[in-house]
Amino acid sequence: MSPEINPVPNTVFSPELAARFDKLVTLYPARRSALIPMLLYAQDEVGAVTDPVIAEIAERIGITELDVRNVISYYSLLHTKPHGKFHVQVCTNISCMLRGGNEMLAHCKERLGIDNKQTTPDGVFSLEEVECIGACCWAPAVQVNYDFHDNLTNEKMDAVLESYRQKASGR
Amino acid sequence: MPELVSHPEEVKVISRRWGQGAADIDKYIEMGGYASLRKAVENGPEWVINEMKASGLRGRGGAGFPTGMKWSFVPKQSAKPKYVLVNGDESEPGTCKDHLIFLHDPHSVIEGTMIAGLAIGAKAGFIYLRGEYRYLIEIMERALAQAYERGILGKNIFGKGFDFDAISHTGAGAYEVGEESALMESLEGKRGIPRIKPPFPAVVGLYGGPTVINNAETIASVPFILEMGGAAYAKIGTERNGGTRLFGISGHVNRPGVYELPMGYNLKKMIYEVAGGIPNGKALKAVVPGGASCPILRADEIDVGMDFDQMGKAGTMLGSAGVVVLDETVSIVEFALRTIKFYQHESCGWCIPCREGTDWLKKTMTRFYEGYGTVKDIDNMQYLAENMLGRTFCPLGDAAAMPMIGFYKKFRGEFEDYIKSNPAAPETQALVELVGA
Repeated sequence: MSPEINPVPNTVFSPELAARFDKLVTLYPARRSALIPMLLYAQDEVGAVTDPVIAEIAERIGITELDVRNVISYYSLLHTKPHGKFHVQVCTNISCMLRGGNEMLAHCKERLGIDNKQTTPDGVFSLEEVECIGACCWAPAVQVNYDFHDNLTNEKMDAVLESYRQKASGR
Repeated sequence: MPELVSHPEEVKVISRRWGQGAADIDKYIEMGGYASLRKAVENGPEWVINEMKASGLRGRGGAGFPTGMKWSFVPKQSAKPKYVLVNGDESEPGTCKDHLIFLHDPHSVIEGTMIAGLAIGAKAGFIYLRGEYRYLIEIMERALAQAYERGILGKNIFGKGFDFDAISHTGAGAYEVGEESALMESLEGKRGIPRIKPPFPAVVGLYGGPTVINNAETIASVPFILEMGGAAYAKIGTERNGGTRLFGISGHVNRPGVYELPMGYNLKKMIYEVAGGIPNGKALKAVVPGGASCPILRADEIDVGMDFDQMGKAGTMLGSAGVVVLDETVSIVEFALRTIKFYQHESCGWCIPCREGTDWLKKTMTRFYEGYGTVKDIDNMQYLAENMLGRTFCPLGDAAAMPMIGFYKKFRGEFEDYIKSNPAAPETQALVELVGA
């Protein structure tokens, strides 16, 4: 007779994400392979890899929370504190630097009124200087959440920020 | 969407379907897609490996190892399942070629993965994309779903008893994971720390099974090689450097972009003709020929063919073929600082020479850049970088050290002039005295 297992009721993820995770862990020869995708997709939904997210994912994979935390600290896209609704990631690595990446970062700081790794008081924008995002031939490039914005000028960047500001205010 | 470029000098093999909607399976098949897989299934693994060997294809991730030979190292019999792992963690600064492959021709990656699987006797493949490429992962997932719907992936493919499953997988931001053993660790849900080699992945890889790991461009080349034949593909390039290469030209050129050119194409011609030369009438200062880890070439050193062997002779590397062009206005001191900042950020910390080496190089370079440098610092930094070489489990230590050594050796005068033009602290002492430096 197998012991009765009471599944932990899922209160952390939406039913869709929970269903996706149920499937994801079966796609690999070992459940743990689903860990990094799960963390990233959970972060997308919840806003950060918070303590409840970590506990839930550890449970689903069958590893300790410490194991999960060890992995989180390695990967630069994973964060335990929420970013702004729109996370502006400015590449300043060599190809972008040569085409004005540093100036683009300075421009974003000025426009958003925040420094690197800060969030605007209204929570709409956060800013981060990032390493190469794989858009070298279309530099300078910025990623806002997962969206790429290429061949930027200050004017184009202002329009990009404005479009997100409008999205945030539901217009 | 990133801009596509074109030039008459290009030989479009793997970029042939770009910009034509081939991410959709119908268009892909209409343009000849999955015919090579059928050929491979009909002719068998030995034929595939022989064609691959004849093609002269060498790994496009940067190491340049012959692909056919790599596949032939996988043992025929194995108690554990074998796997194909596609490396799409494209993170080498200056490199954005795989970005376009995933965007415009994801099925060529799937088809190449399946052919590799057939060749080595694997039944499953993983296509690993960097986490930043979320929109490309979505494109890849749609392509995989379409391939399953058509019975191209799954059981008894083409009625010939070949079974194969493939999934795409997202990373979450880590340059180090582009190294093959760290990539396997990451796919297994761990920190991307390199494994000790040997055993090599071909013998003990993913989940302990024999594994072939190839760069996305390498894998995408496979269907085209079988289509035209290995010998015909080899003829496009130079000796021992078969085929074409996706050259990503960035920085100070008039027409940056990803161009597909024959292996061995002249670098000078690439910059001045294909990419349209240097903007604003400026002069060329230097070129990083194959991504950030490749030692820099001065303007007088660029009349050279872009293949693995010729670049090696020129004292640098072809790497991932990300050509970064610097005009005369660039400060090599600033460029060197940005380069080492990157490697210091990306060092996983496992091997001391890399962890400490990149950190001290960054600290010393930062101080140097701020105007407090000494001549002794230049010597120390070069000595430090030279002593990182070959002393780490994975090539990240070398990848950080090699370009730095290049900067100090080739632009020593500029570093010295920088000190003179910044007399901020003439009494500054070297940060540390390295024994023997």
